[in-house]
Amino acid sequence: MSITIYVPCDSSAASMGADRVAIAIAEEAAKRGIDIKLIRNGSRGMYWLEPLVEVATDKGRVAYGPVQPGDVSGLFDANFTQGGAHALNLGLTEELDYFKKQQRLTFARIGKTDPISLTDYVANDGYRGLKNALAMTQADIVKAVTDSGLRGRGGAAFPTGIKWNTVLNTASLQKYIICNADEGDSGTFSDRMVMEGDPFVLIEGMTIAGLAVDASQGYIYLRIEYPHAFEILNAAIATAYKEGYLGENIQGSGKTFNLEVRQGAGAYVCGEETSLMESLEGKRGLVRFKPPLPAISGLFGQPTIVNNVISLASVPVILDKGGDYYRDFGMGRSRGTLPIQLAGNIKRPGLVELGFGLTLRELLYDFGGGSASGRPIKAVQVGGPLGAYLPEAQFDTPLDYEAFAANWTVLGHGGIVVFDDTVNMAEMARYSMEFCKIESCGKCTPCRIGSTRGVEVMDDIINGRNLDKNIPLLRDLCDTLLNGSLCALGGMTPYPVLSALNHFPEDFGINAKATAA
Amino acid sequence: MTESGTMQSIVQEIIATLKDKPGALLPILHGVQNALGYVPAESVPDIAAALNLSRAEVHGVISFYHYFRDTPPGKQTIYLCRAESCQAMGGRQLEEHAKSKLGIDFHETTADGKFSLEPVYCLGNCACSPAMQIGKDIYGRVTADSFDAAINNIEASA
Repeated sequence: MSITIYVPCDSSAASMGADRVAIAIAEEAAKRGIDIKLIRNGSRGMYWLEPLVEVATDKGRVAYGPVQPGDVSGLFDANFTQGGAHALNLGLTEELDYFKKQQRLTFARIGKTDPISLTDYVANDGYRGLKNALAMTQADIVKAVTDSGLRGRGGAAFPTGIKWNTVLNTASLQKYIICNADEGDSGTFSDRMVMEGDPFVLIEGMTIAGLAVDASQGYIYLRIEYPHAFEILNAAIATAYKEGYLGENIQGSGKTFNLEVRQGAGAYVCGEETSLMESLEGKRGLVRFKPPLPAISGLFGQPTIVNNVISLASVPVILDKGGDYYRDFGMGRSRGTLPIQLAGNIKRPGLVELGFGLTLRELLYDFGGGSASGRPIKAVQVGGPLGAYLPEAQFDTPLDYEAFAANWTVLGHGGIVVFDDTVNMAEMARYSMEFCKIESCGKCTPCRIGSTRGVEVMDDIINGRNLDKNIPLLRDLCDTLLNGSLCALGGMTPYPVLSALNHFPEDFGINAKATAA
Repeated sequence: MTESGTMQSIVQEIIATLKDKPGALLPILHGVQNALGYVPAESVPDIAAALNLSRAEVHGVISFYHYFRDTPPGKQTIYLCRAESCQAMGGRQLEEHAKSKLGIDFHETTADGKFSLEPVYCLGNCACSPAMQIGKDIYGRVTADSFDAAINNIEASA
């Protein structure tokens, strides 16, 4: 009987050698005359163990990792195709603590299935949400999403159901669904994992959104830095068309939804929804004034839903199991689960999907195992390059939108970047200003000019020049950026800058007392 | 056919295939850069005419996006991540190493035309920082040694 072996196709796993491992396994099996079926699955999200090879046994899937091509022949010698003992044998994948302690709703299939197999998708609860949605009224679909308490997972945390309801109630002959897949925040990779590891869940979520508000056209705006996701999404979309899950007359319902992937071109600001729409229209990615809201006048002036990958990929499970089921996870006004990404200087980096409410400390130490370098953790940046740096004193903050906001910090897209005590926070503050300068769209003055001035002031501070004048100047500049910018790029760059200054004044050459003002 | 004649026919073919898409400019620019490695200034008038735009508008779009380039790249472009997660794992030192190994700064091409070096702000490989991309291959937990090995491999197979 053929033995099923899984080697992830995920690009992060590939960056650690998964493709070469897959080839080595296929060659070694052929050489030994062992009949195997090699499946390129998504990643389980335990990246310190990648390439993580799994073997299907009658007890469940057994994990081996991290496997390098040179280990393959030894694995065959140890009879790994039967789950044999070996130094790299980690036991049953789903019994691994890191995995077992999670609550995987949006990521339920990722790592288990073959991403581009529609058969696999349907056999593992796929398209059940769409089936329910096809039997519901539009208002009921929107109500299920509203009831779930789902808030935009891109970072802004705006209630998804309210956005959908606005589009539903805005009359127009043409409406659009846009998936914002411009995941540019450092420390985030959950969107990429969904698109590479379970593309059909995103396609299904967008199709349901289209049905809910009468939008017949969808676009996935995908960043150019994700070439593997581009290929996998296109393969899945082609299959969905062929099998009647996209196009005209979806599953015999008479409803139409078309979907196309469009690539960005390396502009971070195009993750801002109005800039994204300008880019889709073929223009420079300049941020638009709001109002009008995209839900009323969005892409090509038509009512448009713009949702993040994770928001849309969470819709199928909500329509399958009901809004109440999803809402029962989480805390306070943060309902459901958040796929958290642990990155940077951390021993066990990866994807942790859990209901809101866990503290940062539990994530950093219980899941993450502390820093990769073994040195003390000095600061963590949560929520991408526009998120604040948190010192150890704030590690007990629970992952909850409101709890983070109360600390003047940002939960954002759930990316956590860890720094050990070798980091210089003034250098990081300078980098934040530099990043804003490089990525500013240039439309508003505070962001365009303020970021350049910010780099200059930070250079003066780092060189110890005239701190009495330059620290207040930096604060003043941040105040202008914070209150005067058109979008979050300029408006939130002060978060990393000021949090670095407030929590780590010694890195700016000043003592804590002098900056308390 | 002359070289510029070939280029023009490639551009015309891409324009003809894509110009009727809504918001066709970015798909066309991607098509041209995929085929030629860059978007030559000579292609701008044709693209502008096909989309009923001014040349200034097309130039404005090309220059807005970091990914589009108007000069030919080296044989291989190395995209090195500069973002926070990679910095937390030695990205700054790797950046210095890469520049000195190649003898070029960001946005430059080696004198032998083999490598271009571009900064990138996140490859989504933050769990395996620091990261870089060469062609379609993503590299994780890159060290000075593994950087050199990747470069030497490419040079050996060229």
